[in-house]
Amino acid sequence: MRHLLPLLVALPLLGAALLVATGRRLPRVAVEITGFTVCGGTAALALVLLLNSAPPLTEWVGAWPPAGRESVGILVVGDGPALGMATLASLLTLAALAYSWRYFDAPPHGHTGAYTALMLVFQGAMCGFALAGDLFNAFVFFELMSVVAYALTGYRIDEAKAVQGALTFGIVNSLGAYALLMGIALLYARTGELAMARIGHGLDAAGPGGPDALVLASFVLVLTGLLVKAAAVPFHFWLPDAHAVAPTPVCMLLSGVMVELGAYGVWRVYGTVFAGPGGIPAADLTRALVTLGALTAVTGAVMCWYQRHIKRLLAYSTVAHTGLFLVGLGVLTPEADDGVALYLLGHAGVKAALFACAGALLDRFGSVDEHSLHGRGRPLRATGVMCAVGALGLAGLPPFGTALGKAVAEEAVGGPLTVVYVAASAITAGAVLRVTARVFLGLGPRPRDAEYETSGSHEEPETTGLLSRVPDTMTTVPAVLLAAALAMGVVPGFGALVARSVGPAGSGGAHWTAHGVLLGVASTALAVALAGLAVTRPDWTAAPGWAAPLRRLQSGHVGDYVAWLLVGTTVLGALALPGVLGS
Amino acid sequence: MNRLRLWLLAVGGAGLAALLVAACLDLPGFGGDRHPYGDRAVHASLLRHTANTVASVNFDQRAYDTLGEMSILFAAVLGCVVLLRQARDEHRAPPEPAGVARPVRRYALLVLPVALVTGLYVIAHGQLSPGGGFQGGVVAATALHLLYLGADYGALERVRPLGVYETTDALATGAYLVLGLAPVLAGTAFLANTLLPYGTFNTLSSGGTVPLLNAAIGMEVASAAVVLLAHFLDQAVEIEEEHGS
Amino acid sequence: MHVLPYLVAVHLFLTGCYGLATSRNLIHAVGCLAVCQSATYVLLLAVGYRDGGTAPVFSDIRPGSRPVVDPVVQALTLTDIVVGATVTALLLALVLQIAKRHGTVDPDELRELRG
Repeated sequence: MRHLLPLLVALPLLGAALLVATGRRLPRVAVEITGFTVCGGTAALALVLLLNSAPPLTEWVGAWPPAGRESVGILVVGDGPALGMATLASLLTLAALAYSWRYFDAPPHGHTGAYTALMLVFQGAMCGFALAGDLFNAFVFFELMSVVAYALTGYRIDEAKAVQGALTFGIVNSLGAYALLMGIALLYARTGELAMARIGHGLDAAGPGGPDALVLASFVLVLTGLLVKAAAVPFHFWLPDAHAVAPTPVCMLLSGVMVELGAYGVWRVYGTVFAGPGGIPAADLTRALVTLGALTAVTGAVMCWYQRHIKRLLAYSTVAHTGLFLVGLGVLTPEADDGVALYLLGHAGVKAALFACAGALLDRFGSVDEHSLHGRGRPLRATGVMCAVGALGLAGLPPFGTALGKAVAEEAVGGPLTVVYVAASAITAGAVLRVTARVFLGLGPRPRDAEYETSGSHEEPETTGLLSRVPDTMTTVPAVLLAAALAMGVVPGFGALVARSVGPAGSGGAHWTAHGVLLGVASTALAVALAGLAVTRPDWTAAPGWAAPLRRLQSGHVGDYVAWLLVGTTVLGALALPGVLGS
Repeated sequence: MNRLRLWLLAVGGAGLAALLVAACLDLPGFGGDRHPYGDRAVHASLLRHTANTVASVNFDQRAYDTLGEMSILFAAVLGCVVLLRQARDEHRAPPEPAGVARPVRRYALLVLPVALVTGLYVIAHGQLSPGGGFQGGVVAATALHLLYLGADYGALERVRPLGVYETTDALATGAYLVLGLAPVLAGTAFLANTLLPYGTFNTLSSGGTVPLLNAAIGMEVASAAVVLLAHFLDQAVEIEEEHGS
Repeated sequence: MHVLPYLVAVHLFLTGCYGLATSRNLIHAVGCLAVCQSATYVLLLAVGYRDGGTAPVFSDIRPGSRPVVDPVVQALTLTDIVVGATVTALLLALVLQIAKRHGTVDPDELRELRG
């Protein structure tokens, strides 16, 4: 069984190579069926491996089993979280491929298979990153994931915003990746190892007295790379620019799983490399992640509320939710990990479905602008209903999977952080409900334009011309995704299954509590109230003076984003410094 | 220049600089003797009769990293094909033949075969001497482009049927993967170098699957570099914006 | 001077970041990113150096007769170089399209995405 782990990477890549080799001769249908088969087969394999992942599978690629305790090979780890992320990535890729069945206009001349092949490489890269048990190998797949994502983001080269967003994405993420590599080099210099667990042992052996500046610097650099991917404040600026312009099926993957893989990477690297006595003390990690996570959640929620470009609005909601995940991971309790895992799964379904709905609007009307679409969405009843349901899922209305995960995480973090959870989910869901009410029901007066903002009108549709009706694939896929998000909360035993997969120690399993249900209902009620207020009294909810500087920070200028990245490393270093000084 | 950005840059840069310099002072001294992984890699390489340890690390011990690396190149080529395609408002114009100064032409055409053979030599001896698929592939691909310098774009296009190179790129990627999957079918680990004999130390056929993987990479890199350069050159030479559209 | 090579890497990384943040031309910015990346080459190779070491290639030296430098970091650097070259190619392709769609490569003049 363990020999099959690297196949999660190899199969999609082989499929992509096949598509490129034969792509120019195959008709489009054959290409899509091949892509679908390979992607689905890999997803099935990931699922089978996931169900067999207790005890965790480990494989030394290249058959280099450790002689004594050391090996020269690369370790691939197939435990519950790794295979869970690989399964999620594969299933979401499958959904995105199904969604794009009729989606794109003519692919590049003579390269019928290019788009599908890129999606398959993306799937393989995400699986490879999730399974990596070797720090440098994680970097390689991190870069592969990024390179494919840049190309897919800029796919619509006729669109001025798309190429700009893709370049910003590329520069900021590459810089983050190089910071990650500097960190890996520092760790290699100290320990002479690359496998994550061996680095952890090496740090403990080298510094029984506690961490020094070198450990701190490598921690900051490695986390910078991963947090850029996870779009934590102040590394988050690239995300709205990129996710707002990427083709919709790509957005489903970027927001649904790629950003979350950054948060997963933080969890994995801290747990295996830095958690020992020679690493970074738990209190420092908690301080760093909870501070940045809470800031991210608040910033994301506030910025989400003031968007009129619907895909950009959804992108900020991803920022807000990733912040919540980071807060949950930061408190370092098994219960919080279980909650975050469930929340992440539910969020992937809901967010991908919402992007799918936005894509339907884009291709039907050539616009994703809340103001110019006012009332025009009335004929798209199914899409409207799904938008509303998705918003409720985002708010965490029981019995969605998001609600269960959020409730468990809220209980684990406790105290004032619960307020952050309720507020961030309510505000982002309120924004989506507001859009639904205005676009699909035509409620309220048409809002006024602001001065400093990105409008979403006059966009090129991603199909050949505007669609006269929304194809079935584009309504079925979000429906299935929402149903999956709902099933995660409803199916008995699913929470326990996730909890068992996350940690063999086990927190007893994630289940509904009265407290959690109450908080879920409260945030939904708050979201509905906010949306109602915004629609009926637009002046009351217009941007106040203090929000303007916050919006001005999102300048679209890549130089600003790089400067913020440097500030972020400094902040991260300062937050983790007390543990180093105290040792 | 934006003042806020300068302040951010000053604060962030100073913080990061302090952190990194402090880390450097804690690093083991330059030129130190403790390289546990490196020593193990040399030992493992000799066990498998691969004279160039770097090739052994790349194509045997950490061949899985090289798989990722090769995929990055493969994906970048695909990405450039997508990003540098002809946009809706552009058309292709055949390039004008260009005159080339005679010394340039003579020199380029003289060096071309030498460079090509050098590239192939570097690929073939990857497991024995410094070099290998990546380095040799780039040299071989660049050699072809001497034709652009020595003659003109039309001449280059005649020896460079893009479709063939794109297919070769994909097939070489596929070959690497198939070589990796064969051991799995035989019941051992992905990319295990256990199926072929390790041969005589310091000969072309030594190292088991190392020369094969190395050759696949050489083929992939050479064709990928040709395709990449072709798309950039097309943008510069052939593709023009429609006027008055 | 046993830390000088490491400090060179730090210097390169910070210089690249400064260039990226203050760049007035996107092609220049992509170049600055490559400078940041060369910091990682320098750091990796410096970490792997051994005093008096030669290349870890045994086609013309007898194994064990001379110290060799760490082959692992060399392989990592090779990977890093390929990554850098491909990322640069992709980013330049994007800059090319930006020049066509926006008519400029000055980041100060790109005003499509903000707020």
